[in-house]
Amino acid sequence: MGRGALWAGGLVAALLIALNLGTLGAVALRADAPGRLGAADWAALRFTLWQAVVSAGLSVALAVPVARALARRSFPGRALLITALGAPFLLPTLVAVLGLLAVFGRGGIVNHGLAAIGLGPVSIYGPQGVILAHVFFNLPLATRLILQGWLAIPAERFRLAAALGFGPSEIARHLERPMLREVLPGAFLVIFLICLTSFAVALTLGGGPRATTVELAIYQAFRLDFDLGRAALLALIQFGLCAVAAALAWGVASPAGFGAGLDRPVERRDGGSLMLKAQDVALVALAAAFLLTPLAAVVARGLPQITELPAPVWQAAGRSLGVALASAGLTIACALALAVAVVRLAPRPRIAGALEGVGLMALAASPLVIGTGLFLILFPVLRPTAAALPATALVNAAMALPFALRALLPALREVEATQGRLADSLGLHGLARLRLLILPRLARPLGFAAGLAAALSMGDLGVIVLFADAQTATLPLQLYRLMGAYRMDDAAGAAFLLLAASLTLFWIFDRGGRLGARN
Amino acid sequence: MARATDGLHLQDVEIRQEGFRLTADWTVAEGARVAVLGPSGAGKSTLLGAIAGFVAVSAGRILWAGRDLGLLTPGDRPLSILFQDQNLFPHLTVAQNLGLALRPSLRLDRAEWARVAEALERVGLGEMEARRPAQLSGGQAGRAALARALLRARPLLLLDEPFAALGPALKAEMLALVAEITAEAGATLLMVTHDPRDAQAITDQVIVVAEGAASAPRPIAELFADPPEALRAYLG
Repeated sequence: MGRGALWAGGLVAALLIALNLGTLGAVALRADAPGRLGAADWAALRFTLWQAVVSAGLSVALAVPVARALARRSFPGRALLITALGAPFLLPTLVAVLGLLAVFGRGGIVNHGLAAIGLGPVSIYGPQGVILAHVFFNLPLATRLILQGWLAIPAERFRLAAALGFGPSEIARHLERPMLREVLPGAFLVIFLICLTSFAVALTLGGGPRATTVELAIYQAFRLDFDLGRAALLALIQFGLCAVAAALAWGVASPAGFGAGLDRPVERRDGGSLMLKAQDVALVALAAAFLLTPLAAVVARGLPQITELPAPVWQAAGRSLGVALASAGLTIACALALAVAVVRLAPRPRIAGALEGVGLMALAASPLVIGTGLFLILFPVLRPTAAALPATALVNAAMALPFALRALLPALREVEATQGRLADSLGLHGLARLRLLILPRLARPLGFAAGLAAALSMGDLGVIVLFADAQTATLPLQLYRLMGAYRMDDAAGAAFLLLAASLTLFWIFDRGGRLGARN
Repeated sequence: MARATDGLHLQDVEIRQEGFRLTADWTVAEGARVAVLGPSGAGKSTLLGAIAGFVAVSAGRILWAGRDLGLLTPGDRPLSILFQDQNLFPHLTVAQNLGLALRPSLRLDRAEWARVAEALERVGLGEMEARRPAQLSGGQAGRAALARALLRARPLLLLDEPFAALGPALKAEMLALVAEITAEAGATLLMVTHDPRDAQAITDQVIVVAEGAASAPRPIAELFADPPEALRAYLG
C-alpha cells in the first residue's frame, strides 16, 4: 500500500476524533453550570456507579465456578454451549429484556412457581431488574474471559500437580488462584465499563428515583423535559465516568477475545469425586437454564405472532436492515483503512499505537453522549428526524469499530508477516494489493466483523431515541413503543423478528466470509 | 572505472542490526553466477535482503549498472528474489501467481496470458495453470516460482535457498533449471547456500560470508583449492 493507505487511515482517525471529541465539545459548550444538578441527578450518578459495581461483581463471582466446571468437564454439547456464551453479545437488549420478563416478570414462570408455594410475587422492575439483566448479559462474557484464563494454564502444570498428588484444594491454591488473581480484575473492569453505559436496560426495567442511570437521565432531560443544557451537563458527567473507568481498564484488562481455542477441555485428574462431578453438572445446567430459558420464552411467544405483526413493525424492520447494512459497510471500510495504516506504520510504534487507540476509543464512549452532541450540532441546520437514521448508522459503526479492528489487525499482521515481502518484491501496491492480497486473505475476519457490526446495529436502541419520531423508528424503537403501550403479543412477535434478523445477519456475513476464504 | 558501473556494486556497505554487523565492498560482474557461502547466522540472507531492499543499509551504497538502488522500492529494483518459503500466494492460482510478474494488477490481456502459459510450459508445469500452490509438490512450487522470475526478466536473480527443503535429486534438478534460465536470459545470479556442492554445481564464483564480512567474489576452483581460514573452519 502506498501513501493512499496512510491518507485513508488518517482520514478515518480524524473522523473518529471529530465524532468522539467534536460532539463532546458541542456538549461542553451547551452544558449548564454544575450547580444545576438536582437531587435526582446525583441519585442517577450514585445508582450508575452502584449498579455497575454490583452487576460486575455478581457476574464475575458467578462466572468463576461455571468457568471451572466448563474447564474441567467434557460432555456432549460443551462446544455448542461455549459458542452460545458468545451469543448475548449479539443479542438485542430489548429481546433479552422481554425474555427476562417472561421468566421473572409479574406473570412469568418464577412468580407462578412462587405463587404455587404460597409466596408473594417478586417484581423485576427497579434496581434488582437492572442488575438481573446486566448479569444475564455479562455472566457469559465473564465466563468466557475466565475460561480463557483456565485454558491458558499449561497442561503440563496439571500433569505435574497430578504427579505430586495434589487434590482439588492444592490445585486451587497453586494453580487456579494465581490465575484468577490475574484474570478477575480485568474481567470485572470490562463489565463495569459496559454497565456504566447501560441505557436500554435502565430504560425498560429501571427508571424512577431508585433506578435511573446517567444515560437514562440524559435521555429524560432531553426528551421529556427538552432541557438541552441539563442533558449536556449530564453527558459531560457520563463522559468523565467512562474516561476514568476506561483509563483504569486500559491498564488492567485483557482484551475480550472471541472464541478461538476455547473448545478443548483441560486434561486433569482432580475432578474425580462424585460430589465435585454433581456440583459441576448442576452449575453448568443452572447457568445454561438461566441463559437459555428467556430466549426460549421469546421464541415460544413470538414465533406464532410473526404473521400477525402490524405493518409499521415491518416498515421499521426494513429501516433497521438498511441502517444495519450501512453501518456494517462503514465499519468495515473504516476498520480496514485503520488496520492497514496501523500495520504500515509498524516501524513507528508510537504513531501506530496512537492510531490503534483512536480506533478503540469507542470502547469507552457513550452512544448517548455522542448522540447528544450530534443533535446539538445538527439541530440548527437539520430536522432531527431527517438525521435519525444516518446518525444511528454512523454511531453504530463507531461502536462496532473496536471489535472489527480486534478481528482484522492480527489477521492483517499475519498476512503482512508471511506474504508482505513477496508482495513487495513483485511490486504489488495500492489497490491491487488490497484486491489481490488483503481482501482474499482477510475474508474470514472481514465476514465476522461485518456480521458483528450488522447484528449490533440491528439490535441497538440508543442514539435513535434522541432523533426519531414514528416515521423514522427502527425495529428496536418500535418494539420499545409496543412494550410501552402494553401490546405484548405484538411486542413478542417483534422481539422474535428482531432476534431472528440479528442472528441471521451475523450468520450470513460470517458464513460468507468463511466461504470467501481461499487458502 | 568501467568495472564499477557494470553489474552489481556494493560500495562500502555496512549493515548494522542488534548485535550484528556485516560489511561488503566489491563488484559482481554482469552475467556472473555467484554462490554466497558461509555458516548459518553469518548474514547470508541479510546480505540478499539488503540487495533486494528489505534490509536497510546503515552505510554505503548498492548500485546496479551504476544506478543507486537505495531509492527504489523492492518491487522497482532490477531483480527478482526467491525466498526460503512463501514464494507463491496460497490463495491465487498458479497462473495468477505468474501473472503478477507481468502486471501486479493482474489485468492481463490475451497475449500476456499466453506468455504465462508459455512460461509454465517452459518449466514443465503446462497442465497446472488452474491449481493452487497447496496442490503442488515442493518441486512444482519451486518451478512455478522460477517461471515467474523468468517472466519478470529482471537482470539479477537472487536465490535465498528456495530449494532447501527439497531432496538431493530434486534440488539438483532445480539448480539445473536455474542454470538454464539464467544462461538463456544472460542474468546475473546470486545464490545463498550452505552446501559447497550446490555452489560447485552451477556457479563459477563464491562470496564467503563469515565473521562480519562478505568477501569479494573469487573463482570457485581457486577458492576450494586454497580455502581461507573462515571457510576452512566452516567446511571442516
